[in-house]
Amino acid sequence: MTERIAAPTGMLAELTHRCPLRCPYCSNPVELDRRSQELDTETWLRVLAEAARLGVIQVHLSGGEPTARKDIAVIVRSCAELGLYSNLITSGIGLDEAKMTALAEAGLDHVQLSFQATRPETNDLIGGLDGALAQKLETARLVTRLDIPLTLNAVIHRRNIAEIEDFVRLAVDLGAKRVEIAHAQYYGWALKNRSLLMPTREETLAAVATVERLRREYAGTIVIDAVVPDYHARYPKACMGGWGRQSLNVTPSGKVLPCHAAETIQGLEFWTVKDKSLAEIWTASPAFNVFRGTSWMREPCRSCERREIDWGGCRCQALAITGAAEEADPVCCKSPFHERVEVIAAADATQPNGQYHYRGFEKRSDQATNIPEAVP
Amino acid sequence: MTEAAAISGAIIPRLPRGVRLRYDDVRSQWMLLAPERILKPDGIALEILKRCDGKTTLDAIIDDLAKSFGAAREEVASDVREFLNGLAAKRIIEL
Repeated sequence: MTERIAAPTGMLAELTHRCPLRCPYCSNPVELDRRSQELDTETWLRVLAEAARLGVIQVHLSGGEPTARKDIAVIVRSCAELGLYSNLITSGIGLDEAKMTALAEAGLDHVQLSFQATRPETNDLIGGLDGALAQKLETARLVTRLDIPLTLNAVIHRRNIAEIEDFVRLAVDLGAKRVEIAHAQYYGWALKNRSLLMPTREETLAAVATVERLRREYAGTIVIDAVVPDYHARYPKACMGGWGRQSLNVTPSGKVLPCHAAETIQGLEFWTVKDKSLAEIWTASPAFNVFRGTSWMREPCRSCERREIDWGGCRCQALAITGAAEEADPVCCKSPFHERVEVIAAADATQPNGQYHYRGFEKRSDQATNIPEAVP
Repeated sequence: MTEAAAISGAIIPRLPRGVRLRYDDVRSQWMLLAPERILKPDGIALEILKRCDGKTTLDAIIDDLAKSFGAAREEVASDVREFLNGLAAKRIIEL
């Protein structure tokens, strides 16, 4: 391969896996990094500088709860100084006026605030924390008062799929300029909880139609972006815009991944920012090169006219459902495994509601409920 | 009257907080950055955006563009209004 590898535009910086919430669809890996494994401030500042030099434009400061780190304002300031667009992806829990003001003054560009539901009982049940909704509302008001652009993010699943219009209204009421209606993607924790999260096909199709209608009704007032319910889709999503094409993900302990679920693929070799520069990792690490481009593809992807539209879809989903990461994403109607997706979705949608398997530090799940590590 | 003609020439278009126009040295290209969006403005779009400095009125922007590019004012006015309306619908510019 002599073709020059294009620079990434986005970096997801998972600053910590500590989080006051325990959402059962969390995108973090099932095995979470502990505080003692987290990169220090100096290393993050180096990584940000390397990212800017490499060509990263937008940095998504995420977690866990990124503001659980005491150096969050230092990190935001560094983004601003480097010309990186900073996006704080937060639960909104534990953010008081002083902390938020410090972030605004450090030059934070945008806040994406998650809501689990629009009613306290449901919101707090899904996030696994009493009083969470009230705190989120307070944070949202703080953000708009400080004139930082706000996006409201809602992960959609069985328990809140009927609330899509309520989410959009709430977002408008709170002064958000953008709302993300993100249907749950089934990796990691969400995969563990899939039978408790999966909505029916009818509910899903109705939800898609609702988003279309709301887009028309709210045009010019709020931007509604959607993450599609891919188990019910015809073609797969272009996961991450293609493996190793647009973005990279740095974990709390410094591993650099092509996507947040990449570690579920056994046998991939991930490099860490502790040993190598971001540029070196982006261009040369085996994990980035293994599914980059189209040469790794099997049929039906290899000869498909959509191969450079969806890039074969999601490798982690291919692995989870077909047993091989090189297969087409089975969400695709052309995949020989497509029927499995339909069978799983239909079967899971009929399962009764029960106790979620909440996100937490697995080896000490009893303590994870109180999260002694969660708050510094 | 088209909708595009409806914006008053006296308004001052501005990029809101969270939207930035910047030159990317790595790709040698201008970019308009917004929440979860990276837009790559073409030549004309860039000339319009550079003039949305939060101080200049729409009329003055149109005059300047018409003069700079030796184009008919009415044509420029209609293109600029359409472009800005499109961005306003995406909440990327404030009119």
